[in-house]
Amino acid sequence: MSWTATVGGHSYRFGGLRDLLAKASPPRSGDVLAGCAASSAAERVAARTALADLPLTHFLDEPVVDPDTDDVTRLILDTHDAEAFAPVRSLTVGGLRDRLLAWDTDAATLSALAPGLTPEMVAAVAKLCRVADLVGIAAKTRVVTGFRTTVGLPGRLATRLQPNHPTDDPVGITASLVDGLLHGSGDAVVGINPATDRPATVRALLELIDDARQRIDAPVQSCVLTHVTTTLDLLAEGAPIDLVFQSVAGTQAANRGFGVTLDQLSEAREAALALERGIVGNQVMYFETGQGSALSADAHHGVGGPVDQQTLEARAYAVCRAFDPLLVNTVVGFIGPEYLYDGKQILRAGLEDHFCGKLLGVPMGVDVCYTNHAEADADDMDTLLVTLATAGCSFVICVPGGDDVMLAYQSLSFTDVLGVRQVLGLRPAPEFESWLASVGLLDDAGRVPPLDPGALPALTSGLGR
Amino acid sequence: MSAPDAWRLLRQATQARVGLGRAGDALPTAEILRLDAAHALARDAVHSPLDVDTLAAHLQEASGLDVVRVASEAADRAEYLQRPDLGRRLAEDTELDAGPDGWDLAVVVADGLSARAVQSHAAGLLAALLPRLAGWAVAPPVVATQARVALGDDVGARLGAAMVLVLVGERPGMSAPDSLGAYLTWGPRAGLVDSERNCVSNIRPPHGLSYDHAAEVLAALLTESRRRGLSGVELKDTGAALG
Repeated sequence: MSWTATVGGHSYRFGGLRDLLAKASPPRSGDVLAGCAASSAAERVAARTALADLPLTHFLDEPVVDPDTDDVTRLILDTHDAEAFAPVRSLTVGGLRDRLLAWDTDAATLSALAPGLTPEMVAAVAKLCRVADLVGIAAKTRVVTGFRTTVGLPGRLATRLQPNHPTDDPVGITASLVDGLLHGSGDAVVGINPATDRPATVRALLELIDDARQRIDAPVQSCVLTHVTTTLDLLAEGAPIDLVFQSVAGTQAANRGFGVTLDQLSEAREAALALERGIVGNQVMYFETGQGSALSADAHHGVGGPVDQQTLEARAYAVCRAFDPLLVNTVVGFIGPEYLYDGKQILRAGLEDHFCGKLLGVPMGVDVCYTNHAEADADDMDTLLVTLATAGCSFVICVPGGDDVMLAYQSLSFTDVLGVRQVLGLRPAPEFESWLASVGLLDDAGRVPPLDPGALPALTSGLGR
Repeated sequence: MSAPDAWRLLRQATQARVGLGRAGDALPTAEILRLDAAHALARDAVHSPLDVDTLAAHLQEASGLDVVRVASEAADRAEYLQRPDLGRRLAEDTELDAGPDGWDLAVVVADGLSARAVQSHAAGLLAALLPRLAGWAVAPPVVATQARVALGDDVGARLGAAMVLVLVGERPGMSAPDSLGAYLTWGPRAGLVDSERNCVSNIRPPHGLSYDHAAEVLAALLTESRRRGLSGVELKDTGAALG
């Protein structure tokens, strides 16, 4: 099917849903690199105009990636809930935006709607939303998950404490862990990106966090972000695994590039569920995603040409939600300027990803981050953090000083989150908040006082020996 | 253990920026300025243009060979950053002729993401490496601007070289704005994938690898690559070179 729309006296034609979605995307370097972006500002508006009039039912008839060769498309079509879709079945994409903004569309409405929406519908409506819409609609959604803490409650902003070290040195990692805990960080997860995938190293790091957790009696969940096959082997060995991690993307080919299949994810989830290590819940999966990951693996091809990176990213959330995750985050600015060129593109993408994930019912967080070759800086990250926190983002990632010395990129610092929690009146996850108060790391005003490492003697008393 | 002692121990344990202190719910001014300075150095490393004349003079001195200059298809830094495909291709008007007998090795010095790394370390590394390759026919070094690693494939193929070594400025981190990477590829030609290369990274004395250490590892890799007629994962897997 094709569509035409006229802007400024010029008529533009779009051949197929894939093309229409790509041309309607806000400008970003990755779509130019892929060769699917609109060639002018007028063409982009024409595409958005045509997209606004497109009936939602059309998305069920025309896949953007061929289901015969792509298991993500099959997953999307097979799990679509027609009953949940019914209330919006007669709407266009533009009509859906208006409905989502309506006063009587509340958290319960949006939760009920989530299984009826496909990633492509959600990506499409995001393309019609301004930043304020992405914030306002996402702020109305509610996706609550639990393991030892509860993530996603209203008025809360959780953090992943990321104590990475270039050589996985246990004392170095402990130093960053202590620094983070003293700043009240870690209520979403303590998650380490290991420098090596060696199973023995991964297991040692898992035991390090698990041991620390028990010594200080803190309600946190741990994760070492290794490949799912490594986690499967470690599960079989009886390692203390709370969460199964995997990077995922929006096409079967991109997931193949990550070396992962949907069956492997199911198998690992079943094995982790059986351990029953959770307390307030037993959601055991943790996924990371990011716009551009499919393109970087040359796995972005759809029906008739390249699929835009924002649509593919939304499709990754369909993979995530099939496995009932505790946590999902986009690593938005990590991938580099050939996908998201500058602070403006990173800001927009971070808000789109959060919005799309939440509308699809995924417990969405964001790694608010950038690299040194992107046209971005700490001011851009401050803007994204404040905007995301306003949008009800479930969690963000923090590293000491905002400088990840293992992955050589900049994320948020622990203090960034303390600041935004104070300004917006947000609090940590409730179980973690109680623990913070019990060890003197939370005052009556809800602030985290600047304490020295002696406040956590169970972790620091042995360091000097 | 007093509080300052505890922080000192934590800081000694990691390069991570732990124990920075607080100003309310933010970082103290001094730490903000330290972070800004680290970011500024990394940004300048990305955006400062390569001083090709000075580099060429240093390379000539280090190698005793004439130096050839080429550019990629990326017109400027902004295009280079957004179009990695253009940074992998030689500009259309590039003239590179194969030697009459071909070469054992072509050396490409590419600005990559840190001209500063190349400016600081390429000549020193080459001066340490070439004496370890006695008897090799090494082509005149090629300086390439707005260039990525894969540009070396095209250069090596046009020069008729059996293998190519690309010295390239790596993506700068906050703590390492001048890190040089060295990628060797057997049988350079268009369409190679990264798993067909071998890499020695973090060459940046005094903080990273020394020139002698990097040259030792590279000479062993190059020799083994030539003996077996391959590079990449299989070469690495022998473990002979990298020990």
